[in-house]
Amino acid sequence: MSNQKFDIVVLGSGPGGYVAAIRSAQLGFKTAIVERAELGGICLNWGCIPTKALLRSAEVFHNMKNASEYGLIANQPGFDLEKVVARSRGIAAQLSGGIKHLMKKNKITVIEGNGVLVSPGKMSVEKDGKKILIDATEIILSTGARAKELPHLKPDGDMIWNYRHALVPKKMPKKMLVIGSGAIGIEFASFYNELGADVTVIEMMDRVLPVEDEEISAFAAKSFNSQGIKILTSASVTNLEKKQKSVVCTVEHKDGKSEKIEVDIVIVAIGIDGNVENIGLEANKIKVERGHVVTDEWGHTGVKSIHAIGDLTGPPWLAHKASHEGVILVEKIARDKGNKEIKDLHPIDKGNIPGCTYSRPQVASVGLTEKAAISAGHNVKVGRFPFIGNGKAIAMGEAEGMVKTVFDAKTGELLGAHMIGAEVTEMIQGYTISRTLETTETDLMHTVFPHPTMSEMMHEAVLDAFDKTLHM
Amino acid sequence: MAISLTMPALSPTMETGTLAKWLVNEGDVVESGTVLAEIETDKATMELESIDDGVVGKLFVADGAEEIPVGQLIAVILEDGEDASVIENLELPTVIKLASSSTSSEPVVDEPGTISVPSAVPLTEPVPAINSSNRILASPLAKRIAQQNGYDISNISGSGPRGRIIKRDVENYSNTTNSTEMTATTDMEGKAPFDVIKLSNMRKTIAKRLTESKQNVPHFYLSVDIELDNLLGARKELNSMSDEYKISVNDFVIKSCAAALIKVPDANVQYCGDVMHQYKRADISVAVAIEGGLITPVIRGADKKGLRQISEEVKNLAIKAHQGKLAPEEYEGGTFSISNMGMMGIKQFDAVINSPQAAILAVGAGEQRPIVKNGELSIATVMTVTLSCDHRAIDGAVGAAYLAAVKTFLEQPSAMLL
Repeated sequence: MSNQKFDIVVLGSGPGGYVAAIRSAQLGFKTAIVERAELGGICLNWGCIPTKALLRSAEVFHNMKNASEYGLIANQPGFDLEKVVARSRGIAAQLSGGIKHLMKKNKITVIEGNGVLVSPGKMSVEKDGKKILIDATEIILSTGARAKELPHLKPDGDMIWNYRHALVPKKMPKKMLVIGSGAIGIEFASFYNELGADVTVIEMMDRVLPVEDEEISAFAAKSFNSQGIKILTSASVTNLEKKQKSVVCTVEHKDGKSEKIEVDIVIVAIGIDGNVENIGLEANKIKVERGHVVTDEWGHTGVKSIHAIGDLTGPPWLAHKASHEGVILVEKIARDKGNKEIKDLHPIDKGNIPGCTYSRPQVASVGLTEKAAISAGHNVKVGRFPFIGNGKAIAMGEAEGMVKTVFDAKTGELLGAHMIGAEVTEMIQGYTISRTLETTETDLMHTVFPHPTMSEMMHEAVLDAFDKTLHM
Repeated sequence: MAISLTMPALSPTMETGTLAKWLVNEGDVVESGTVLAEIETDKATMELESIDDGVVGKLFVADGAEEIPVGQLIAVILEDGEDASVIENLELPTVIKLASSSTSSEPVVDEPGTISVPSAVPLTEPVPAINSSNRILASPLAKRIAQQNGYDISNISGSGPRGRIIKRDVENYSNTTNSTEMTATTDMEGKAPFDVIKLSNMRKTIAKRLTESKQNVPHFYLSVDIELDNLLGARKELNSMSDEYKISVNDFVIKSCAAALIKVPDANVQYCGDVMHQYKRADISVAVAIEGGLITPVIRGADKKGLRQISEEVKNLAIKAHQGKLAPEEYEGGTFSISNMGMMGIKQFDAVINSPQAAILAVGAGEQRPIVKNGELSIATVMTVTLSCDHRAIDGAVGAAYLAAVKTFLEQPSAMLL
């Protein structure tokens, strides 16, 4: 039997891979996607989406607890953890089914199994001991990433969890330690704290959410503290000692002091590693550096006809970056093959990729932090506007938060925007568009923002940078 | 009905023009004869006059907009009682018309209102950031950085969507210019430092036409020495008769060349593909060096004109040429060219034929040289001239006969009286 032949084969069906496959099919390529687990990858099944479902439950619960502030009566609000988790799993399953439908609609062949790159143009897929070979003119690797593990911080699914375990708790932890205060760690900390766990977050760097603007980090830390989350910065866990019903964590502070914290659950969220193993990279001489495949700005690996996108490649490790890379790469392939319809193709500008954290309060940002802007040599003008000055935020009962803008004093370029507070993850795209279109403060000032919305704060934060703020 | 103003064809060869400067603003009242704008063609700057009365409704191109195709809408004049809303109805069809008549390198219109870059253009390479109304596409940030650094943004190529000029393009542009300045004073190694100089329309035309001529026209060259002593005597005599004129050697050269073309009509020709044109009049194009290039005003029917008239015409045309005010009919056409570098001390040179003409005379300096006549050494004022001929139209013998006639007329100016 001769091998199945495809124009483009995508390995991995996360937000990078499945989007690349759709774009590929749209451009007329005979396309296949190879997936060893659920369609939709980590994002849909074990990441972005199910965590948002959990956090929404936590948010509604928070509002129920505070119902009286709105003049409402909710006696003895409570939750059923099993049902909270079931809702999250149901949503993941629904969306994974949606991907299946999208694949079918676009006539993309879905091949289940472990895909391994054999050579340029050839991939083997193995399932249940049976192996098939497929021919692919172009191969896109999008195998994603997994939680980083360290030998002394190895999740076991029992008392030491990674994100996967944390998504499907069987019982509510009483006391937990979250190692790592990036978006993943902070979101779980926020969720479990809201449901009543005693949560401590430990961070090696000197502040939480260390990629965010320092002022936002400080605002977040203060807010988390007030909710009861304990935060230990400039500290690391050097040992986990498992006992019968608890884990004793040795925490070492930067100043040399150490302490022991006993918790019933530890969540390890110290970053990710690219899934570079056992997919045939070495045999095909594909360059891997620090756990990620090296590519050019388009996603080409340097080995002809083999490409890579998403978390498997360089940072930032975000679903929307993976999807965007997938589209750009497939269009680039099409253009290289002579498709004249492909116009205005540009590599992704990593400075314009927004980042979001869905804790309470939410955090969202794009571009440079104030500090990064200054170290890059910019003379900056900084604008700030607090949620307390915004009518809609007060009406919503969400008066905690701020919007911060960083402009280049000379050119008026919006270098960065940083937001913390309710719904900021839905608003950051406004500043992202501004950056992508290279607007200056003038264009932003001339933009009419609808009233009453929380987005008005985005306008005010621009005005404030130039001492023109109105509502403060 | 609103009146559409389009880029006029100011000369038969004009394909595009530069809108050098608007002299009116939107909302200005204009009447027939009001000068609306200065249009720079490949050769000269012309004034564009209104032929109607009305109000300037909208200017579609900016000052300095280049390479506007002839026929493209550049402004709308509103007649009495019309308001600007009529412009909206006007714009679209005009833009589409432009696109359909434009060459493949122009933006094409896919559907009303959208314009796409032709796919033949490699997409990551910068494309001119000009859309069909010649508006420069640039991000607000790019515009501001360019302005702050004093860059003319129209010199910068855009690499953003649809050729939009983005920050990166301006920064790349500034890196080029800055590194030039720096290396100019410090670095004596590597690539020589240079300034980037924008090509004027004239320079572009010169480059295009002379390249065409030198590549397509088989040139050959004939040189001859001409003794000027008789001519100089006659000139002295003529100039001493009145202060109202001053005949130059060049005027004699023009007159002689014209007279020789009539005497040797086989040289007064142009090669035109399937046929040749043989001219019955000697229209002499005279190369005039002006700032930024050169131009060749024409002395029409120079064979029938007297030296004084030729002298006056050359003088007037040269003044106009320096002012950039020559009208197309004053520099187009011509059946033969003269390029005189004698006043710059050049002894001899070969000129490039001013195509489609078939010949050009390169005139060197008149100087005293020892000559041998009848076995005896003597001194004469001698000038070397070189005739460049288009071999498709003029053979060696014809060229030689022509040059002999020129020589006769210059050495014996009275022969022109015959």
